[in-house]
Amino acid sequence: MMNSSPAGPGPAAPAATATAAPAVRVEGLTVVRGGRTVLHGLDLEVARGSITGLLGPSGCGKSTLLRAIVGVQRTAGGRVEVLGEPAGGAGLRHRVGYVTQAPSVYGDLSVIENLDYFAAVLGAPRTDPARVIAQVGLAGHERDTADRLSGGQRARVSLAAALLGTPELLVLDEPTVGLDPVLRQDLWRLFRSLADQGATLLVSSHVMDEATRCDRLLLMREGRLLADDTPAELLRSTGTADIDSAFLDLVESTR
Amino acid sequence: MNLTRTLATARRVLAQLRHDPRTVALLLVVPCVLLVLLKYMFDAQPGTFDRIGPELLGVFPLMVMFLVTSVAMLRERTSGTLERLLTMPIGKLDLLLGYAIAFGVVALVQAALASALTIGVLGLDLAGPTWAVFAVAVADGLLGMALGLLVSAFASTEFQAVQFLPAVLLPQLLLCGLFGPREDMATVLRWISDVLPLSYAVDAMSRLTTTTGVAGRTVLDLAVVGACAFAALALGAATLRRRTP
Ligand SMILES: Nc1ncnc2c1ncn2[C@@H]1O[C@H](COP(=O)(O)OP(=O)(O)OP(=O)(O)O)[C@@H](O)[C@H]1O
Ligand SMILES: [Mg+2]
Repeated sequence: MMNSSPAGPGPAAPAATATAAPAVRVEGLTVVRGGRTVLHGLDLEVARGSITGLLGPSGCGKSTLLRAIVGVQRTAGGRVEVLGEPAGGAGLRHRVGYVTQAPSVYGDLSVIENLDYFAAVLGAPRTDPARVIAQVGLAGHERDTADRLSGGQRARVSLAAALLGTPELLVLDEPTVGLDPVLRQDLWRLFRSLADQGATLLVSSHVMDEATRCDRLLLMREGRLLADDTPAELLRSTGTADIDSAFLDLVESTR
Repeated sequence: MNLTRTLATARRVLAQLRHDPRTVALLLVVPCVLLVLLKYMFDAQPGTFDRIGPELLGVFPLMVMFLVTSVAMLRERTSGTLERLLTMPIGKLDLLLGYAIAFGVVALVQAALASALTIGVLGLDLAGPTWAVFAVAVADGLLGMALGLLVSAFASTEFQAVQFLPAVLLPQLLLCGLFGPREDMATVLRWISDVLPLSYAVDAMSRLTTTTGVAGRTVLDLAVVGACAFAALALGAATLRRRTP
């Protein structure tokens, strides 16, 4: 199944309506976890071919929202539509790549064994594991056991697994946490090149300085959306110099 | 069902076992050591060993497989790899069958070693054919594996998973006829023992020790054990949820 190879600047979309529709459409999403309402009727859209940053303090519901988008979160109301299908639908399972917040790889297997397995499950091309290892800068570590890698290296194996099969939508839960500035820079360049090739990226982070690298930002607080805008417009409307201050300003004004 | 994904999963589980030689050694050696122990426990009464040896030849591998598979599946859940897999195009039954094939290979080797030891080295005196004893031992290992995969769906920590051994297997062990004829039990217990799969596993073995050839009842018992193993796998797949709270 090599139907999802990266297309050029003018990708041959399956249907005209599909290109016009957003990659993700969330309407009135409510999630209850452990007896508490964690997401309160969220509405949002993520445009195709863009990088959207999901920012907000710890515990505000970023991971929960991402889990709902990939279809592993039980929801209490609302609709989540991904690439024109209900989230988690069988047809989406080789079109969406997902990186969980904690690296999800087999610690007792080597890097290449991990990626070979996930590639087989996805039906991705046999050359894909080598490609994604190079993309995340882990060349030379193929035979290392995942448990014996550093935390940042293990996180990159987890990211590499999500890049297998060239998914149309990448949902990344804090993919750059614990990485040094050089590596973060490299990964953001990778994200940009993937978006340029037509992929849609939804990236959560609580490192606010990563926000300026996104095309669009979703600012969240306590399960509600504070803002949905471009970084520049956000700075302009709040009259602040950085996203941190913009966030604080928004929190103040909604109090 | 998708054979490629099932086999890829089986290969991956076997690779994980290869990276953990101590677990493999324990899986293969522990039942054998226990059987040697049993033999010399009844040193002065070889008849006793001939009677209960085959029954325990089925029970020991079953317990070991149960423990290992329940913990293996639980690790898949706690490591987050299960969540990743469930966003990928793999069927829930494909995943469990992959595990079943990998641990089925282990069960096969385990049963071969344990039967060769008991019959070849320890000189167990059997009325029925050797291959039938081997077949029942394999089926018992598969049943233990399938039950282990099933209960791991209900455990959220490794402590809970380990507790399922006494909770699920020990009652079966008490009621399976190992400690006394099932006919002598209270009627209600007798009924319960009639629906527990381990009773059929032990019945099959005990019939092989006393009758020559393979009785129709033995084949039936074997079929019941196999069907229970498959039912446990299917139930395990049905209880696996793509969406979690
Ligand atoms: N498994 C769970 N069971 C019950 N409640 C949970 C569970 N996981 C998270 N929660 C609750 O849901 C809320 C949102 O959690 P979530 O993981 O989405 O936050 P987050 O924004 O991703 O935080 P962080 O930046 O720390 O990763 C939290 O208040 C948390 O207590
Ligand atoms: Mg999170």
